[in-house]
Amino acid sequence: MTVRKNQATLTADEKRRFVAALLELKRSGRYDTFVTTHNAFIMSDTDDGDRVGHRSPSFLPWHRRFLLEFEEALKSVDATVTLPYWDWTADRTSRSSLWAPDFLGGTGRARDGQVTDGPFARAGGRWPIGVRVDGRDYLRRDLGAGGRQLPTRAEVDSVLAMETYDTAPWNSASDGFRNHLEGWRGVNLHNRVHVWVGGQMATGVSPNDPVFWLHHAFVDKLWADWQARHPRSAYLPAAGTRNVVDLHDTMRPWNDVTPADMLDHTPHYTFDTAA
Amino acid sequence: MSSITRRRALGVAAGAAGAVTVLAQAGPAAASAPRAAAPAADSDPASFDEVYQGRRIQGGPAHGGGHHGGHHTGGYSVTIDGQELHVMRNADGTWISVINHYEPVATPRALARAAVRELQGAPLVPLTLG
Repeated sequence: MTVRKNQATLTADEKRRFVAALLELKRSGRYDTFVTTHNAFIMSDTDDGDRVGHRSPSFLPWHRRFLLEFEEALKSVDATVTLPYWDWTADRTSRSSLWAPDFLGGTGRARDGQVTDGPFARAGGRWPIGVRVDGRDYLRRDLGAGGRQLPTRAEVDSVLAMETYDTAPWNSASDGFRNHLEGWRGVNLHNRVHVWVGGQMATGVSPNDPVFWLHHAFVDKLWADWQARHPRSAYLPAAGTRNVVDLHDTMRPWNDVTPADMLDHTPHYTFDTAA
Repeated sequence: MSSITRRRALGVAAGAAGAVTVLAQAGPAAASAPRAAAPAADSDPASFDEVYQGRRIQGGPAHGGGHHGGHHTGGYSVTIDGQELHVMRNADGTWISVINHYEPVATPRALARAAVRELQGAPLVPLTLG
């Protein structure tokens, strides 16, 4: 059974295996296909047009399915590996063990943002940035640049308290849980974390930084936490919505999975703490 | 935001309801209507052309075929040293780019400047929708 654990609780061996599986997916070329897919969706999902992966109700089920596919790829390398999650309300500084050299490595250097330690540093030669939007082929970060702060637990709780899953117009202008978790409106949770990390994480090719998966695994957990808190609140919209993935519509790029199929995570994995 | 989106503008023009009410009640059909009804560039910001931190940034109505794929920019194009920066307009009138995708700013010019700062001299590479 797959158990997704808080990254702060991983053993040295679990970290080593997770990193090794990431490096193998990168070496084989499979990793970059996930970056390409994400960027294609982020560039084409628009507020007044067809939208699937972002700025829409299917933001959460789309990323749940995307992470499942990525986790399956990791398991094909090492069957013991699962996706850890990063609770950025608790591990909220660049001194967290998340950013140590035995795990993801730290922030970028001042001159060019280049990450210089850890398994994904340029010097190791094992993490070339192939799918990119500018000429730089090395991993960059700028953790907490400009004094930016990660969301607090109280801010997360204020969003988890929202009863309605999503609202018309089903985009970045919406009220409701989904858009406040995504961050286009209100206290800003998910979007703000991308910006806090900086480097590629702030761009359309954000999965170039392995922390992408740990960030989204926690966003995914917050969805499960919200469901536990609001058992009578349903995914919306239910049907007949132009440009938007309704409950029983299939989602691109898989075309064989609907939001309804993704509502219950427990057939696929559980968390180390009760949702 | 002080800028007025097309949807809000049309809501006011329609007369009966306040813009906020129209926005709150906008269903899918209502949400999609203004795009077809409004001229493509009715509320687009002004063009600009300047050198910022040593790089030429330009923005304005896209020339036919000058931007890829989306009509979501409202036909507005931004370039850095002649290379297109993929930009997107949010429903509230703010803007993001592929370089700063998770942090909306008020205008395309601010977006281009933010991208220049982020690029630290690096060239943009041509973009394709995968």
